[in-house]
Amino acid sequence: MSHTIFSLSRLSALLRKEFIQMRRDRVTFAMMLGVPLMLLILFGYAINNDPKRLPAALVATSNDHYTRAMVSALEMTGYYRFDHRVSSAEEAEALITKGDVAFVVTIPSDFARRVERGDNPQILIEADATDPSVASGAISTLGTVASQALLREQGDQAQAATMAASQLQVVVHRRYNPEGISQYNIVPGLLGVILQMTMVMMTAMALTRESERGTMENLLAMPASPVEIMLGKVLPYAAVGAVQVVVVLVAAKGLFGVPFFGSLPLLLSAIFVFVLALVLLGYSISTVARTQMQAMQLTFFFFLPSILLSGFMFPYRGMPDWAQTLGEILPLTHFLRIVRAVMLKGAAFPAIATEVAALFAFVLAFATLALLRFRRTLD
Amino acid sequence: MNVIDVRNLVKRFGDKTVVDHVSMQVGQGEIVGFLGPNGSGKTTTIRIMCGLLTPDEGEGEVLGYDLKTDSLKIKREVGYMTQKFSFYEDLTIAENLEFVARLYELKPVSKYVDDTLNDLGLTTRRNQLAGTLSGGWKQRLALAACIMHKPKLLLLDEPTAGVDPKARREFWDEIHRLARGGLTVLVSTHYMDEAERCHRICYISYGKILATGTVDDVIRNAGLTTYIVTGPGLNEVAERLQGAPGVDQVAPFGTTLHVVGSDRALLEKTLAAYKKEKAIKIELGETSLEDVFIQFMAESKDNMG
Ligand SMILES: Nc1ncnc2c1ncn2[C@@H]1O[C@H](COP(=O)(O)OP(=O)(O)OP(=O)(O)O)[C@@H](O)[C@H]1O
Ligand SMILES: [Mg+2]
Repeated sequence: MSHTIFSLSRLSALLRKEFIQMRRDRVTFAMMLGVPLMLLILFGYAINNDPKRLPAALVATSNDHYTRAMVSALEMTGYYRFDHRVSSAEEAEALITKGDVAFVVTIPSDFARRVERGDNPQILIEADATDPSVASGAISTLGTVASQALLREQGDQAQAATMAASQLQVVVHRRYNPEGISQYNIVPGLLGVILQMTMVMMTAMALTRESERGTMENLLAMPASPVEIMLGKVLPYAAVGAVQVVVVLVAAKGLFGVPFFGSLPLLLSAIFVFVLALVLLGYSISTVARTQMQAMQLTFFFFLPSILLSGFMFPYRGMPDWAQTLGEILPLTHFLRIVRAVMLKGAAFPAIATEVAALFAFVLAFATLALLRFRRTLD
Repeated sequence: MNVIDVRNLVKRFGDKTVVDHVSMQVGQGEIVGFLGPNGSGKTTTIRIMCGLLTPDEGEGEVLGYDLKTDSLKIKREVGYMTQKFSFYEDLTIAENLEFVARLYELKPVSKYVDDTLNDLGLTTRRNQLAGTLSGGWKQRLALAACIMHKPKLLLLDEPTAGVDPKARREFWDEIHRLARGGLTVLVSTHYMDEAERCHRICYISYGKILATGTVDDVIRNAGLTTYIVTGPGLNEVAERLQGAPGVDQVAPFGTTLHVVGSDRALLEKTLAAYKKEKAIKIELGETSLEDVFIQFMAESKDNMG
């Protein structure tokens, strides 16, 4: 009989046991696959940072062809959906206050006359800016759309030339996602978020469950070393992670048509390092938490900043410096850069090397923490 | 060489000393009973011995391995049965046994598992979830699992709690059979009849070992005298004897009354006075282990003030 620190057959005993338990725990098992699908569908379909067809109210008293041209041009942008046509400012005011519309477009009755005279024609657009992202796209396209509509309608070549010259052309150059489709940004990011949530939570609960049910006492009394116990807990969940990765990547392609420019093996290797960091973080949590409830709370303690500061929800570069610094110490931040770079920009290894190195640093740090914190005894 | 040789073990939880300078020596092939009231520190002492808790003070060897540095080696050769069922309730009986067999690297796994199931008589229920077993069967499964790897030392924490008399009898026969083969056993229990089946017993109270030796030694050293009272109106007698000079315990046993005291002369004087009043019969009885333990408990409560 050998007294080695590591034995494959002991590890396989632990793995087998963990897989059987995972299979028996139907609800948890369903959650492992259900959560990614649910998040994908929610975030992928429902959440849109560049919303289109927002309800709008039109206040227009005159029905001349300039006004009609203006309205149809605005509708053509896709941002406005004129559900309400009202004749007074008060009615419109009521609609926007109640939140029935996101915009009120007012075309004054002297609009046509001013256009013909060249006397500063104006239209007024009031946007409900309580949610800034709702209004930004719709407003940014406005200037161009409006003046072009007028030009077309006037058909006066000479005047068109002068007006075009005096106009500041707004160039919106959206690289990598020319149409500004949020799903291209969100779906790869979701891969990171889903893994962050499920991997950390599952592993954090796995070891605390043993303490809570009292099986820890038996496990510790048997000859399993801390490394074996750690791997026995961590690897099964990494395998679950692999399944989730396949689900998300297939959905990204199949449901959302997210382009994939980079190398799949490169992405998968990076995902592997990320998952390893996450399960080790979860395991570290479970060496600290005494109950599953505590494990859950600690998981969220990491999850919320991860989602907020990693650049998943809000643009990373737009955050204040201290928030960016905090973001740097979250594995998700680095993973998001990798997955977006590889999928959307076709980045090769050198471009993401520092991010991968950061993930490796997390793996080392969490593994060390987990092994140091692991209690070989019940003290 | 002693299989268990621990000296002056101390374990504190907060400012409470749960194990207080416990020393214990157990030789090979011995069956030692570990007795003591609830919360006296039996489980804690056993956990220290199998490396599950680190003692705050003290030292010792188990199976020749140092308690503090060689706990992994100790774990391989000790079979520990926990007081609370701590196998996996969401695994079947067979899966639990397989898990244990693989962790101890027993080969071939299926033979060990099949043999154990056969001995237990659980072959037909091998695919039943362990959590759905009755309390007594859980105990029997746990015991079978912890002797599967043929340990040299068995640490059993109340292994027969909730087990029916026949299974208990079989269990003790099995323990004696294994001990004849050289296995050493330390077993905690609250049953007096089980204590009497041990080669030796250790009595612990508030973390301190108060008595150790064979059952007869312990009874003799306690220095108690027991009289058995028979006759009419025992209830009234019992009431009046309670707290009388020299009377430490009064306990009804069926149609008789056991009266126990540590001061023999005083006890006899009190009883003689009663005998004159009542038509009762008083004769010298044998002090039982239970009488001794109850005496211990009453005395240590006094100590705790
Ligand atoms: N982890 C712990 N933290 C704090 N106190 C503890 C801990 N474990 C045990 N104790 C305390 O130590 C004392 C001894 O407990 P132990 O379980 O050793 O008693 P026991 O003799 O096995 O009792 P029983 O016969 O009821 O099983 C008890 O008062 C208990 O409350
Ligand atoms: Mg106990």
